[in-house]
Amino acid sequence: MTSCRSAPTATLAADPLPNRPGTPPAGDGRAIHPRWLRIAHWLNTLAVIVMVTSGWRIYNASPLFGFSFAEGLTLGGWLAGALQWHFAAMWLLGANGLAYLLLTAGSGRLWQRFLPVSPRAVLDDLRDALHGRLSHADPRRYNSLQRLAYLFVMLDSAVLVASGLVLWKSVQFPLLRELLGGYETARYVHFFAMTALAGFVVVHLVMVALVPRTLRAMTLGR
Amino acid sequence: MSKRIIPVDGDALTKEALSRLDQPARRLFLRRALTLGGLSLLSGCAITDEPSAEKALAKISRFNDRVQAWLFDPNRLAPTYPESMIARPFPFNAYYDEAQVPDVDAGRFRLEVSGLVADRHAWSLPELHALPQADQITRHICVEGWSAIGRWGGVPFSLFLRRVGADLTAKYVGFKCADDYYTSIDMPTALHPQTLLALTFDGQTLPRRYGFPMKLRMPTKLGYKNPKHIQAIFVTNTYPGGYWEDQGYNWFGGS
Repeated sequence: MTSCRSAPTATLAADPLPNRPGTPPAGDGRAIHPRWLRIAHWLNTLAVIVMVTSGWRIYNASPLFGFSFAEGLTLGGWLAGALQWHFAAMWLLGANGLAYLLLTAGSGRLWQRFLPVSPRAVLDDLRDALHGRLSHADPRRYNSLQRLAYLFVMLDSAVLVASGLVLWKSVQFPLLRELLGGYETARYVHFFAMTALAGFVVVHLVMVALVPRTLRAMTLGR
Repeated sequence: MSKRIIPVDGDALTKEALSRLDQPARRLFLRRALTLGGLSLLSGCAITDEPSAEKALAKISRFNDRVQAWLFDPNRLAPTYPESMIARPFPFNAYYDEAQVPDVDAGRFRLEVSGLVADRHAWSLPELHALPQADQITRHICVEGWSAIGRWGGVPFSLFLRRVGADLTAKYVGFKCADDYYTSIDMPTALHPQTLLALTFDGQTLPRRYGFPMKLRMPTKLGYKNPKHIQAIFVTNTYPGGYWEDQGYNWFGGS
């Protein structure tokens, strides 16, 4: 089975920054990921590590389920410390996330790299992936599974932030609180959105291990 | 040099011992924080420098106080609930065991009022019960994450502050309690229509375990901001801190 979505011609046509042979390197112009995106990605990595590990410590203070997170995996030492880290990193996560969304939408990247994503294309790519045939020939092109995963994690992060705002200020954000089913329900929404994010991170890291040059691209740009 | 025998002050000794007990938990906060694998990779960064990280976090916490004060809407009410949703039994929560709850003598009790107020007379319980009373069924949210709905009745705190001629432009209202707890709140929250000087729980005289003879009940703040067994109230422009707040919990503590 051939996939036109990963064919070089399609890539060139769709790529906003074509890599023309003979053109001298023009700084970020040739980067797979522009500098602003790489900075945003690594700031996000830091914010997510701090938010998730301090969040686990906060969860441990009053677990929703019959388990606690291992203390060695948590950040903050005790509840007040974890809350300080959580409420400090939330500004980094929020500001960086907002900058990312504005830049990715404003630069047209959101539409060029992540859209469209159709159920049909997702199923085709899923079948290819399961047969080990999904191509990673061009790191500038995202297959449908990647598009779905990245769009999902953007949406999931928005749910995390919204439910987090309800837990932080449930009286001051009444509309958000009612949309999420009240304070108690928002705790579960926040927990499951965190679990989904952690699941994404695991898959993301496995994929990076399988295709190591994506790490280079996200670090050095190419 | 002659040796002097210093008389042992029981209260001071207990306080000293308690303050020493607090220290290990406080120090653990960053020491344990930095065992985290992901962050230790960043060694060399300022983040591994304990005092500076602690200072930075405290600074951001004060910034968060200001953001919360800005977000606070004095007219926005916390949700109220039907009687059927009241938690029974309502959880006991304090920094000590239930057996150590103070036993306040109702007959001899007088609520002290001081600071930027016109009328500094101490209030007896019958005097407080004679003031107009209000009732609310609201959610108590603990900083740990759990919450419970309860019904509190008592004197609207804004009415009490006006009655004692408090300077309503002052920054803080502080509380000292019979269980050695202390805390302080911002004036806008003190004047919020749902902030009650609570004398009853679920229609009964406030039980010992929930803060007899009175607690300050604020559905717009987290549980630790709601002091129990209140003995003294003072109005001030000097930051008074609080028992948990001095150990790192956010001062505004809004919900």
